[in-house]
Amino acid sequence: MKKTLLSLLAVAAMSTTALAAEIKPALVYGTGGKFDKSFNEAAAAGAEMYKKETGTDYRDFEPTSDTQGEQAIRNFASRGYNPVVAVSFAWTSAMEKVAAEFPDTKFVIVDSVVDLPNVRSVVYNEAEGSYLVGLLAGMASKTGKVGFVGGMDIPLIRKFGCGYVQGAKSVKADMQVFQNMVGTTGAAWNDPVRAGELTKNQIDQGADVIYAAAGASGLGVLQTAADNKKLSIGVDSNQNHVHPGSVLTSMVKRVDLAVYNAYKDAAADKFTAGVQSNGIKDEGVVAAIDDNNKALITPEMQAAVDKAKADIIAGTVKVHDYMTDNSCPM
Amino acid sequence: MSLQSSANEPAIELVGIDKKFGAVHANKNINLSVGKGSIHGIIGENGAGKSTLMSILYGFYHADEGEIRIQGKPVTIRDSQAAIAAGIGMVHQHFMLVENFTVLENVMLGAEGGQLLAKGVAGARKELKRLEKDYGLEVDPDAVIEELPVGNQQRVEILKALYRGAEILILDEPTGVLTPAEADHLFRILQVLRDQGKTIILITHKLREIMAITDTVSVMRRGEMVATRKTAETTVAELAELMVGRRVLLRVEKGDANPGPVLLSVKNLTVKDGRGVTMVDDVSFDVRAGEIVGIAGVAGNGQSELLEALAGIRKPVSGEILIDGKPVESADPALLRQLALAHIPEDRHHMGLVLKFEEYENSILGYHHDPRYGRGAMLDLDAVRKSAEEQIEKYDIRPPNPRLKTANFSGGNQQKIVVAREIERDPKMLLIGQPTRGVDIGAIEFIHRRIIEMRDAGKAVLLVSVELDEIRSLSDRILVMFAGKVVGEKSADADEQTLGLMMAGIAA
Amino acid sequence: MSTASVPLPAWINYGVIPLLNLILAFFFSGLVVWAIGENPFEALNFLIQGALGRGDAIGFTLFYATSFIFTGLSVAVAFHAGLFNIGSEGQAYVGGLGAALVALSLDHYVPWYVTMPFAIAGAALFGAAWAFIPAWLQAKRGSHIVITTIMFNFIGAALMVYLLVNVFIVPGKMAPETRTFLPGGQLPKLDWLMALFGLKLGPAPFNVSFIIALVMCYLVWLLIWRTKLGYEMRTLGISPTAAVYAGIPYVRTVIIAMLISGGLAGMMSLNAVMGASARLQVEFVAGAGFVGIAVSLMGRSHPVGIILAAILFGILYQGGADLSFEMPNITRDMIVVIQGLVIFFAGALEYMLRPAMVRLYQTARGK
Repeated sequence: MKKTLLSLLAVAAMSTTALAAEIKPALVYGTGGKFDKSFNEAAAAGAEMYKKETGTDYRDFEPTSDTQGEQAIRNFASRGYNPVVAVSFAWTSAMEKVAAEFPDTKFVIVDSVVDLPNVRSVVYNEAEGSYLVGLLAGMASKTGKVGFVGGMDIPLIRKFGCGYVQGAKSVKADMQVFQNMVGTTGAAWNDPVRAGELTKNQIDQGADVIYAAAGASGLGVLQTAADNKKLSIGVDSNQNHVHPGSVLTSMVKRVDLAVYNAYKDAAADKFTAGVQSNGIKDEGVVAAIDDNNKALITPEMQAAVDKAKADIIAGTVKVHDYMTDNSCPM
Repeated sequence: MSLQSSANEPAIELVGIDKKFGAVHANKNINLSVGKGSIHGIIGENGAGKSTLMSILYGFYHADEGEIRIQGKPVTIRDSQAAIAAGIGMVHQHFMLVENFTVLENVMLGAEGGQLLAKGVAGARKELKRLEKDYGLEVDPDAVIEELPVGNQQRVEILKALYRGAEILILDEPTGVLTPAEADHLFRILQVLRDQGKTIILITHKLREIMAITDTVSVMRRGEMVATRKTAETTVAELAELMVGRRVLLRVEKGDANPGPVLLSVKNLTVKDGRGVTMVDDVSFDVRAGEIVGIAGVAGNGQSELLEALAGIRKPVSGEILIDGKPVESADPALLRQLALAHIPEDRHHMGLVLKFEEYENSILGYHHDPRYGRGAMLDLDAVRKSAEEQIEKYDIRPPNPRLKTANFSGGNQQKIVVAREIERDPKMLLIGQPTRGVDIGAIEFIHRRIIEMRDAGKAVLLVSVELDEIRSLSDRILVMFAGKVVGEKSADADEQTLGLMMAGIAA
Repeated sequence: MSTASVPLPAWINYGVIPLLNLILAFFFSGLVVWAIGENPFEALNFLIQGALGRGDAIGFTLFYATSFIFTGLSVAVAFHAGLFNIGSEGQAYVGGLGAALVALSLDHYVPWYVTMPFAIAGAALFGAAWAFIPAWLQAKRGSHIVITTIMFNFIGAALMVYLLVNVFIVPGKMAPETRTFLPGGQLPKLDWLMALFGLKLGPAPFNVSFIIALVMCYLVWLLIWRTKLGYEMRTLGISPTAAVYAGIPYVRTVIIAMLISGGLAGMMSLNAVMGASARLQVEFVAGAGFVGIAVSLMGRSHPVGIILAAILFGILYQGGADLSFEMPNITRDMIVVIQGLVIFFAGALEYMLRPAMVRLYQTARGK
């Protein structure tokens, strides 16, 4: 499924390259760092994909603090880079300031909304994506107990957890879901050891499918689950290949597409500002199924996922978004 | 015998040694020759340059000029390893032992002989046995250092030096930490070593030790070697005069006491130390205005704890302290200072002074809330420095620089800083602990005179000292402490033997 | 042993030796840069230009330095009383709560200069409060302050995240942070100060907190060397036994020293919260508390030294970010390595060069 999508995109891209103007794209990562095998790495993959197709090189930067993020965005803009993509909600206020300073530069922010005429805000309906993987987790669980390990305890991550719980309980109303957060500081995104301990703890309590929404810490979840012959669920990037046969699926946020599309649209002079909300309907959030996990997904599970997707698109199933009211009904 | 030994060929010769530290000329053109198989004393006041000279010999410092010859051959001593190789062993005033190692391990340390220990241990044990037998240095090789008495620890230091093949042994103020009995034992060991052909250099400021044990003696003063004498041909008075550079009174002259009312009173006082051991056991006594009460005793019999309890530093378990007939409510040094009780503590390095402070900062320690040093929260540094300068002048503290770091003053001058501070406040009562420990003769005389002056001015003085001479020459009444109890009281003219027996807990 | 006690003149101790240490640190950093295939001189140029080359670069450098001055002073004050306060990070974090509460409640009604004194008091009060429990535990119970302050950093982080996620967050917003303060709750930038030197501050968040920091430097100097309390703190710090002898109350002195230390750490939040982002954010301290330890160490716990060391670290932070921006090969981890080398040479290896300097000095004097 993903492959066809990619090839479609490739064809589309090739057809537009001839028309495309030369652009100077830039990319600012979140503070988790470029190689987190997750969110930031997905963004990098999008930029790489564009580079491979068009030969247009891009510049990127890994800030270590909030102040540095703002500086980096401004540095790119002031040196004529256009468009400038910043991934992570942490750059919201920075983007508000800098985008106002450079009205002729096109900006993209991922995971947050900045209401300015030259900013495209790309957000994802992680609740829906998490609902799908929660559904799969619920069906794959033999114990009737599943786990969730979040990174830093912030609303965004609670949103992942809330969607996941709804999905799991849609299988069986008395499904038990253990939820833990790695920590309360930024270090929580990068602490696979602690994430692994939490996972072990959940496994000891009976959980046999654990969903990691914890940036680079998630690797600890996937590792521990594989070591204990349990199932795990990856996040942001497709992590099915990390431990084939142990990673049940991945809740993929197509951040790569957000980056890729931003560059392509700008090159083709088709850049649009405003909010781009990506849910299941737009294939912006996906429960990844590929050769690595095919064996784990039964035909019934596949059918259930397809049905859930259709129901969500049709509106017959509504997944509650934690962030609309800062609470989870489950 | 002394004549013969110094007539032997020299074991060590120093020719024209010169050393400067910035503006300070620590050693000026020092010439010295010590005969093989003799005990040579080097005496001088603190800061005379003795320690610098020995540090040059042991490779801690390098002489700016001059030559060192061992057994007639010139040597260069770059570091302590070179000194050991040249056959020089050093026993420092503060021991350089690993406290939680055994005797054997300490002796071997740095001379293990190869990567594997087992072989070296066996060899060292054998060698240690031989050294013990030859020199009468009995120590259990398997005893842990921190559990040994100080005297035995010192023996380990000597063994360490001998184990490394030392022919020349330097001892720096070796009796400073020893009881009289331990000191006697040390001297016997040194004599055996000498008779076996070792050469010993003894650095001290105690004239009695020089007279008792050395064959020859050199006197240092202000960086110069002012005289070398055969011990048998000199006198204590001559050495003292050479050291100080003028005539000194070795005996304090004082008139009769004129005791007034009781100012300080102790009733059934019991004090425990940090480990819960009773150190002061149901002690009672009075100190009157215009008298000096001396507390004699071997170190560790409760005098220190008694003094600390009186000064408010240590909380008594039971009993009462009365000042002017009124009981002292709480153990608080600040409160006691307000009641006009001054305290010259036993340990000036850790209590009486903050060594890293400049001199003027120490001149107000404990009195820094006095309004004349600044109103409210602020400290008036001009006022503090001015009063420090006055004290420096009045008490002849040298060098006369209130901005100098206290650690850079000699022991005697450091003690003068403490004495000046405590006496200048014109207290009614004065607690004094070991007033002349590590203090040179000139300063001793000065401090003793001040103490007598305090008495004559009608102050109540309580003196604690392990130097029996000091107690006898200053006190009007003497209390003897043994195992935490006051075992008896004697008048000032009690003879040394009687007091000595009481201090040993034998007679009352 | 032989050379440690030899006095060297101040210009060698405080001038030549730190400078040589710094040169050594840059030399080894240069080797590392060279090893990954970049030109070290170019890198140095980027670093210096990035930190000092333009008005806004200087602005950013001084902005970072301001935070480090506050935390450096915090560590230094505790250190003078013999206490190793590792908790400046957490105290600054909680201090931000105090500053934010003042800003949030006053910004509608009064201009910034009315808010400021209350915000200073609020930040200091909350920072001090966060230092109080470890101080009390140390003074009364003997719990080691290093351990307790480290633990309080974590507790502080958890508390702040809880408050930001559940209490202060603006509904519907993604980021856990308070609403943006109005100008009445912000500390204005120091454009005019930069203009005096003909520089343009641009977007750099260099703000009034810098002046507050300098005032605090003076007050700390006054406290440590000109007050009775400072005298008591130093006595306790150097010689606890002498402090007992002098009747200096241990419990009181420890607690007061820690309260002042915590208060100074708390004031760091003025710079980050009210000066730069105009809102209270998660993780706004960003390690400044720990940098403060290095700053205090390098600055020998003296306000003047702390200012210099804080500016040096400001240069490393700002110039380092610019360097890794200009030379993508030099990643952010490389910048951390370079910062580490500076701490290593200038802080930890302070005495490495001393013996050689003593010998050199004596030879020069002697001949």
